[in-house]
Amino acid sequence: MSGSRRVLRQLLVTCWLQLKMTGPDTFTGVLNVAWPLFFATTTFLVYRITQHGQVIVYAGLGASIMGIWSAVATTAGGALQRERWIGTLELIVSSPTPIPLVLIPITIAMAAIGLFSLGMTLLWEWLVFSIPFHIAQPLAFAFALFAMVFAIAMFGFLMSVTVVRYRTAWALGNFFEYPGWLLCGFVVPLSVLPGWVRPLCYALSPTWGMLAIRQAVDGGWPWVDGGVCVGLTALCGAAATLLSGRVLRSARRHASLSLT
Amino acid sequence: MRSLRILIIGGLFSFRALFDWLNPWIYIPSLLIAPVFQILLFVYIGRSAGVESDSFFVIGNALQFSAIPCLFAMGHTITAERFTQTLGIVLSTPAPRVPLFLGRSLPVIVNGWFVAMFSLVAGGRLVGVAVPAAAWIPIALAVLIGTASCTGLGLATAALGLRVRDTATLNNIIIGGLLVFSGANVPVGALPRWMHVISQWIPLTHAIEAARDLAAGATLHAVTPLLLREIVIGTVFAILGLASVRVLERQSRRGASLEMS
Repeated sequence: MSGSRRVLRQLLVTCWLQLKMTGPDTFTGVLNVAWPLFFATTTFLVYRITQHGQVIVYAGLGASIMGIWSAVATTAGGALQRERWIGTLELIVSSPTPIPLVLIPITIAMAAIGLFSLGMTLLWEWLVFSIPFHIAQPLAFAFALFAMVFAIAMFGFLMSVTVVRYRTAWALGNFFEYPGWLLCGFVVPLSVLPGWVRPLCYALSPTWGMLAIRQAVDGGWPWVDGGVCVGLTALCGAAATLLSGRVLRSARRHASLSLT
Repeated sequence: MRSLRILIIGGLFSFRALFDWLNPWIYIPSLLIAPVFQILLFVYIGRSAGVESDSFFVIGNALQFSAIPCLFAMGHTITAERFTQTLGIVLSTPAPRVPLFLGRSLPVIVNGWFVAMFSLVAGGRLVGVAVPAAAWIPIALAVLIGTASCTGLGLATAALGLRVRDTATLNNIIIGGLLVFSGANVPVGALPRWMHVISQWIPLTHAIEAARDLAAGATLHAVTPLLLREIVIGTVFAILGLASVRVLERQSRRGASLEMS
């Protein structure tokens, strides 16, 4: 089997196994759909008071994306922690498969569960709040959506590597949920945020993914925003790959991999 | 005297032993910083929508967030005992159940109050909400009643821990429900009729309304009916919880399912 086919097989099998393990689990599977729905419902109820149809549609699209961020942010922090608890972290690290090829499909799987959350939120919006959802450019929307999924997955990969040395990594992962919703402009226009925080917002790839999604839905030009999203995602992935090597070499040198 | 010792000292020891969120690496990001970001999220949603004032969202979310430590800490009184394999030992002691479980709820109430007050002060300072100095003590009382009421709900859900392996998912669903129905972010009067009805029978709704009225200049006397209603709701849930613990404990002992994990 050629190298590229081995890599592809590794990605697909790990992703599929992760989906099978976490999808049916009520905490990581079901709750990743239900939890963003509560916040989406609250957001709709707030915006509904304004009686502005366009504002509600704006909020509806962003609220549906919140689930993808939540699915990854709340689980990526604990991805390596879980492996440590069940005693497989050392096996994974010592195997010849590079650790990025193990973590990236895990975060992609979680982002895929977030896609399911997106679908459920859109359905909820339409059924309960009668929020219409029309896509002007379906192909561009698909591209923007997948760019967003990979952007969030790469961010999850970066987060999982960054917090691997912390015993309570899950708490740090959960911590990023609300800031992500706020800073990526999912339900709040970035123009409302203080000026000093906006450079941070635009440094995040999901922000550009959200802009691209809105452009695709409204019939604008999403390719520039989508391209920036892809570029920043690649940078994020490269940074996480470099960091993963350093962190794990350090952990092996100090024999601190299995610390719980 | 024995019951008093179990209530106060036993409760404090159990809280420190079982609620592992007291670890600063969990406590600070999860219970001190996260609520501030929840407040910021909804303050900016409110500003973007042009709905209500910053004070409205700060008070609502600070109180609603206290549901997280209240529900999870009470849940841990049972599930963490099972995890450490001491649940059977605790329940086989002759210790009366009322002080045993009410004692565990006292530190939970204090902790929930601290989380809510911290969120209120820190979140308010960040977005520039000014509360009259004379209102702080009555607001602190309203927050205390709200967290006590929420802890009563936590006791009811914790009792389910005697039958189910994990109450974390249920607690998260309840916290989400409180976010929607308690008026934390949407005026209760603006909710659909059926949601308005539900909101009147759940913890936090009246405490949030009382705290908002106090911050707007109302006197403690004026909000006493709201606080009394909150106390009644919390007491009902606490009694329900204690009764559920009793019934489910008997069932679990009969079915030998206490230590199932």
